[in-house]
Amino acid sequence: MEWEAVIGLEVHTQLSTRSKIFSGASTAYGATPNSQACMVDLAFPGVLPVLNYAVVEMALKFGIAAQAEINRISAFDRKQYFYPDLPKGYQISQFHTPIVGKGYLDIELPSGTIKRVGITRAHLEEDAGKSLHDVIPHMSGIDLNRASTPLLEIVSEPDMRSAEEAVTYLKTLHALVTYLGICDGNMQEGSFRCDANVSVRPKGSTTFGTRSEIKNVNSFRYVEKAIQYEIQRHIEILEQGGVILQETRLYDDASNTTRSMRSKEAANDYRYFTDPDLLPVFISDEMLAQAHAAMPELPWEKLNRFQESYGLSAYDAKILTANRTLAAYFEEVVRLAQAPAKLVANWVTVELAAALNKANLSIEQCPVSAEQLAGLIARIHDETISGKIAKTVFEALWQGAGSADQIIEQKGLRQMTDTNALAAVIDQILAENPEQLLAYRSGKDKLFGFFVGQVMKATQGQANPKQLNDLLLKKLND
Amino acid sequence: MIYKNTLAALSRGLAEKKFSSEELTHYYLARIATLDTELNSMITVTAEQALVEAKLADQRRAQGKAGALTGIPIAHKDIFCTNQVRTSCGSKMLDNFVAPYDATIVTRLKDAGMVMLGKTNMDEFAMGSSNETSFYGPCKNPWNLNCVPGGSSGGSSAAVAARLVPMATATDTGGSIRQPAALCGISGLKPTYGRVSRFGMIAFASSMDQGGIMATSAEDIALVLNEMAGFDEKDSTSVDIPVPDYTAELNQSLQGLRIGLPEQYFRDLEPSMAAVMDTTIQELKKLGATIHTVQLPNVNLSVPVYYVLAPAECSANLSRFDGVRYGYRCDHPKDLLDLYQRTRAEAFGAEVKRRILIGTYVLSAGHYDAYYIQAQRARRLIANDFAKVFSEVDVILSPTSPNVAFKFGEKAQDPVSMYLSDIYTIAANLAGLPGISIPAGFLHNLPVGLQLVGQHFAESRLLNIAHQFQQVTDWHNAMPKMATTVD
Repeated sequence: MEWEAVIGLEVHTQLSTRSKIFSGASTAYGATPNSQACMVDLAFPGVLPVLNYAVVEMALKFGIAAQAEINRISAFDRKQYFYPDLPKGYQISQFHTPIVGKGYLDIELPSGTIKRVGITRAHLEEDAGKSLHDVIPHMSGIDLNRASTPLLEIVSEPDMRSAEEAVTYLKTLHALVTYLGICDGNMQEGSFRCDANVSVRPKGSTTFGTRSEIKNVNSFRYVEKAIQYEIQRHIEILEQGGVILQETRLYDDASNTTRSMRSKEAANDYRYFTDPDLLPVFISDEMLAQAHAAMPELPWEKLNRFQESYGLSAYDAKILTANRTLAAYFEEVVRLAQAPAKLVANWVTVELAAALNKANLSIEQCPVSAEQLAGLIARIHDETISGKIAKTVFEALWQGAGSADQIIEQKGLRQMTDTNALAAVIDQILAENPEQLLAYRSGKDKLFGFFVGQVMKATQGQANPKQLNDLLLKKLND
Repeated sequence: MIYKNTLAALSRGLAEKKFSSEELTHYYLARIATLDTELNSMITVTAEQALVEAKLADQRRAQGKAGALTGIPIAHKDIFCTNQVRTSCGSKMLDNFVAPYDATIVTRLKDAGMVMLGKTNMDEFAMGSSNETSFYGPCKNPWNLNCVPGGSSGGSSAAVAARLVPMATATDTGGSIRQPAALCGISGLKPTYGRVSRFGMIAFASSMDQGGIMATSAEDIALVLNEMAGFDEKDSTSVDIPVPDYTAELNQSLQGLRIGLPEQYFRDLEPSMAAVMDTTIQELKKLGATIHTVQLPNVNLSVPVYYVLAPAECSANLSRFDGVRYGYRCDHPKDLLDLYQRTRAEAFGAEVKRRILIGTYVLSAGHYDAYYIQAQRARRLIANDFAKVFSEVDVILSPTSPNVAFKFGEKAQDPVSMYLSDIYTIAANLAGLPGISIPAGFLHNLPVGLQLVGQHFAESRLLNIAHQFQQVTDWHNAMPKMATTVD
């Protein structure tokens, strides 16, 4: 039988506010345990939550970008369960009325096909704290720094049919929320966490199979592997006549498997009800208009513009706009270098990308500033140096040796522009290699490359390649 | 005979330097020391701190910076967090809890220069109408020590009635200010929901909880409300509208005042209680009021609606008491579940457990629509009834409680009959309306309370009516014998 996977994702994006969603405590990552938990986060008797309205603006931005319905009145509910890292004994979330309703995201699959993935809803909620079971011997530690950190939980429709589609959706969503500036996208720090609902069904079936939920997978690669594993596990069970249990599973990256965490039978009854401590959130026309006005250029808008106004290929434009910082870097280099965008795109997507990749650095950590790279490209463009020499200069830039002009001067890398000087070098090379000259003139055309190499060697690569070609050809055929 | 003074009179005495705040504080602390061993109205007495605050108040007065409340002693219901002072909420759960901060109203009254003498007894987590659920033993009614003072703010009402303190703060979720005020023969105001900040007030049922004031006169309440009311950015449900001077309208005439008598409240009234109400109504007529029978067709739903919604909210509000971060923790928990179960089983009393169970039940899958949602709909109907009535009359009058103070143990075994003692007060909480109870007579040598309920933010009007009534009657000056045994 041929099987089809059905995948829906729930993504918790941590909103980039300075203070928490219901208290004034800082949201900065990595502080000493419990140093960023105030009385409200600790749920002291008598304290009350107060909504940080910055999260509402951020949710609106997402809703607008996802072409989603915006609920003009939404409310917060209490989701009740007992756990030591949940100080109030309930999480404040939006259950009955989320701020963002139905919308969609168009994703471009590796095949080039555009697929529309439905967004079911996106709602605001607070994060829980962290339980640490391996820090203090025989005891569990509770760190409440993360408690009440703002989250926007974005729930997709079960529209994806493979692990690859799911990861493409996730990457598109990641680019979107970072473009919007509402999430820093840092997956290691848990700013962008994904739960995947996976089920399989016979291809062509219109009903859903029983699903399992894979919790908290924190990289694109692991999401893909976890879903692949889970699809295979379902298929194997079903083909052996088994039954899938509805359950929550954890992915173990060391063994590349998932294991059961809790079954549906043990699931909590969360006893949701509207939180009487908080007023409903009203979105006025004015707030909505402000959110529209504050919208940055979206990834797909930038992709189009890069092709149209810079004349870039779809391929280059896609690479450059995959990341908001990279796109900004590229635009800055174009502006400063006054060079063709295609030349800049090549440098950014090839040389710079390779160097970053080799050093395992992100564009944010790039040691070569846009201004420095622009300085280099400007010299290529005005033919002060050749593309080949430019690579040497780039290496020096990477090592922090100064600006491109300084490096070119210091190392004497300026391209030879004096035709007479070049002609003299060529004459000398021809004189030094009579046998090769004879052979060439008797038909061994391939020796042309030999002469080019010799001249380049003699000029330490500073000969202008085109000039050299023209001149050498002329002299050989004289 | 200082104890015979109202707060307003004490304020004048301080201004005229008849006594200092330090003297006043010593005086009331001595009364507490003598009378409260029997009365049990205070859970914690903060004598040392009070004397420090009193000296500061006197200094402030010497600098010419005193306000109307500067130097006046106050007691706070032990539901309000008070910085560095135990805040027990009447429960074993918080017996060891020293609050690290002041509730907003505590801060405001401290800023006004009031001197805190201590924290008053209460039903555990404000759940009760008799003070019998307190972990610290029941507070008694100073009019008859065999009777309950009412609840949940029974400690505050008993302390004010016995003149152990000129005024006390209290809270009202279903009648917890008005019913004990009535049973102890004092005046008690539950302001409009949102008029007074809830920040720092330990939550019972958040959508109905409201802090308020108990004192011996309406004028005293007005003076304190001036400082206590107002928007608080730490409480999203507090309302950002200006605070009037609540003393400004006290002396307004009642000519043309339209008073509504809900037929549903008077239908089954005991004849003796009806007679007291009739006398009261005659007094108000003499002051110029007109009387109208009004209909609150859904008000009979108040008690059942309340006992779905209040437990639902409390079941969530009390989840934070889990033995993890503060308060009681059971000895040697085996594991996490054992920690939760024994901590809560050992530290919550029977009534609190009953309400958590009811609340958990009505919010559970399969019951939520039938109970919680249905109750919310009925709540809306009740609120609509009031809105309609207030297009016809200015205030609604009724007894505060169907009966005078009852004996200890009389209703403790029958929760439903206990719940029914709040039958006239609960609707105001469901609708968020302000209500006041003032003394209006006696039955069986025990005080009877009169309740007035007004429109949202009509506190000035309620205080005006109460004050005018107190200008022509003497019920509010009546004092239990106990209060007069020491000076």
